[in-house]
Amino acid sequence: MTAASKVAVLKGGRSLERNVSLRSGAHAQEALARLGHEVVAIDVDAQLVSRLREAKPDAALIALHGPDGEDGTMQALLEAIAIPYTGSGPAACMCATDKVLAKHLMRNAGIPTPAFHSLRETSIKELGAAGAVPDVEAALGFPLVVKPASQGSALGVKFARNDQELPGALVGAFSYDRKVLIERYVKGRDLAVSVLDGPTGPLPLPVVEAVPREEDFYDYESRYEIGMTTFVCPAELPDDTTARAQELALDVYRLLGCRGVARVDLMLDEQSGELWVLETNVIPGMTETSLLPQAADAAGISFDELISRLLDSAFTR
Amino acid sequence: MNRSISGAGGGRKARPAAHELARYEALFAARTRGMKSSAMREMMALTERPDVISLAGGLPDTTTFAPELYAKLMSQVAAEQTARALQYGPTEGMAATVQCIVEVMAAEGTLVDPGEVIVTTGGQQVIDLVCKTLIDPGDVIVAEAPTYPGAVPTFSAYQAEVEQIEMDSDGMPIDELERTLDRLQAEGRRPKFIYTIPNFQNPGGVTMSLARRRRLVEVAHERELLILEDNPYGLLRYEGEPLPTLYSLDAEAGGAGGAADLVIYLGTFSKILSPGLRLGWAVAPRPVLEKLNLGKQGADLCSSPVTQLFVAEYFKQHEGHGEPHWLGYLEQLKELYQRRRDVMLAALDEHFGEQARWTKPQGGLFVWATLDERIDTTDLLAQAREQEGVAFVPGRAAYMDGHRGSSSMRLNFAGVPDEDIREGIRRIGKVVREQVGLYGTLTGSSSAAKPPAESAPEPAAEQAPGLADVVALPRRDQEGPARQRKDR
Repeated sequence: MTAASKVAVLKGGRSLERNVSLRSGAHAQEALARLGHEVVAIDVDAQLVSRLREAKPDAALIALHGPDGEDGTMQALLEAIAIPYTGSGPAACMCATDKVLAKHLMRNAGIPTPAFHSLRETSIKELGAAGAVPDVEAALGFPLVVKPASQGSALGVKFARNDQELPGALVGAFSYDRKVLIERYVKGRDLAVSVLDGPTGPLPLPVVEAVPREEDFYDYESRYEIGMTTFVCPAELPDDTTARAQELALDVYRLLGCRGVARVDLMLDEQSGELWVLETNVIPGMTETSLLPQAADAAGISFDELISRLLDSAFTR
Repeated sequence: MNRSISGAGGGRKARPAAHELARYEALFAARTRGMKSSAMREMMALTERPDVISLAGGLPDTTTFAPELYAKLMSQVAAEQTARALQYGPTEGMAATVQCIVEVMAAEGTLVDPGEVIVTTGGQQVIDLVCKTLIDPGDVIVAEAPTYPGAVPTFSAYQAEVEQIEMDSDGMPIDELERTLDRLQAEGRRPKFIYTIPNFQNPGGVTMSLARRRRLVEVAHERELLILEDNPYGLLRYEGEPLPTLYSLDAEAGGAGGAADLVIYLGTFSKILSPGLRLGWAVAPRPVLEKLNLGKQGADLCSSPVTQLFVAEYFKQHEGHGEPHWLGYLEQLKELYQRRRDVMLAALDEHFGEQARWTKPQGGLFVWATLDERIDTTDLLAQAREQEGVAFVPGRAAYMDGHRGSSSMRLNFAGVPDEDIREGIRRIGKVVREQVGLYGTLTGSSSAAKPPAESAPEPAAEQAPGLADVVALPRRDQEGPARQRKDR
């Protein structure tokens, strides 16, 4: 364990995931205090740099979700002012947060990820990209999932069953990001594998399955609403499926160059039994209900131990 | 947090978070499953920032209240009634406050017996107490569509099933209500009460016509159902003739000077004086009143005597020429809000384009705007907030299913300065044009692709040019099929 130090917990901010971030941050603060560290909680805003200079922390624990916190911006800023921080560096953050870029990297590396295309709002306005939409439809087939490229919240994730629904799904997703991902829909079981760095290198944690309570697979917003989903950990899967999911998660973790911790979301295709990697979250939620703490718990790693290991990642660059 | 630190001092290991959660979850009541947070609500919470122009609030403008008067009344209460103000009060409310309520209701032409009034902690508590009194899990509440977004979590918490009746420009169509009640009966489901905001409905902005009011009271009698008449804005009428309350129509039907049989009336000081006081009231038939009283005993024993005494002092104030001060202040608010409403309607005309329609409320605080049906206002809010720094309430918040109302929005004009109204509407209009333009480009429909400023007016068949239609709520015959498609 790292010796007692002064840790700035960066949380809040102005992303759509502000509230989750505040809860993650508060939960991490409690653990840090139990571990004997001095905690400086900072709800990030325009005074961030001056507050950090004043507080002079030994390290920053980043508990921010969404743009700015997770996309490499914060990480690059902390490097500029020479404050060690938890988790992945700017490059891994940029790759993971941009779902489109991450999928290109995975595809190039031979990691299974559902077929996809991406569209930019500017290419529609300036390059006539609307004309390419029918090709995308033909290539991927319906149903399709449309996601803002860099949004972590369930908001903006749209489902299109046919070509009538696609323009609305695109306009909706473009409300959250100038770039969107159009992905073939894989029907199956929602799995998440967190990878946690430790004394012997990064290790995948037990698989978590998210089971929606309501059978409305098309309604992403309510599907991710608190209380609408039950989490099972470890997921009830055949041993080889579990092993394969963990192997894929570790491959993705390494491919993107993650550090400290990451959560990889996968789908278990109900028809083919294949596993598909959807996306990677470099700053997974740390609230009481979040998947990472649940998975760590199932692996016998307490929340305090989890935070302790995460903090180590700040000092082992 | 301090507790955990001291706990750690004893060398105790922190409990595993997931186990902890499972422990609590096993203890949670079934009803908490209906008490859900949603991504949309979380997003709305994020709009309360100083750099965002928020048309999302349900706020009156409390800056209009004279600070000197507030200070004077509060010090009067403090100096002259110290012990009473600091003591518990009766559950049904203090007599002096009830007298003020009788006066407010009389100003709206509704005569009530002080013995049938219960003072509550805001109007919101009336909704809670009425549900507590009447609703078993699975019982049905019939409400308007859209309905007051703040009632949605209350109805959910009591595990009520809510049937929403789509309104038109005259409020809830009673024939549609009757069909719904017939259907519920056929399905063996049990409606307990009809929830309506007859005046300047929140969020719809429309007012129930007199004919429908009469018929609604008749229907309640025919079917032995209660009505919860939520009337926070009745006195904030800027034009047109005041209409009788459902309570008074029910009372008249029972004979001169009688009380209502089947109407529970909800009133509040929030919009005519201050929401910070947290004072509202219910007037109800005695047997219902007794249950509300018992429910309130369990909830909070009594509403704050400090603010009740403040109200009593406030209502004693008179102008030089003898008119009660509160009526003067009400006039001042009406003048202000009417002007702001007009500012908003003018801004909507200028910035919302041909595809949008909106209500022209005769009073109250809100305009309900419905955009091109392809626009989802929850997504629109995300973009408007991030890109333009402006917020509103997405229409879905006013529907129990979280789906309908997806192309509508509620806009508050009362609590926002003129300049912010104009600027806020301009910004929303800009984002709407961008989204419609993008949609048009994607679908190849050229008329939508052009910004409305350049586009030709829509064909007359679709968009009747008369003001009445432009400002009316969507007619069900025009909107029905389209909406159903979106409802899934």
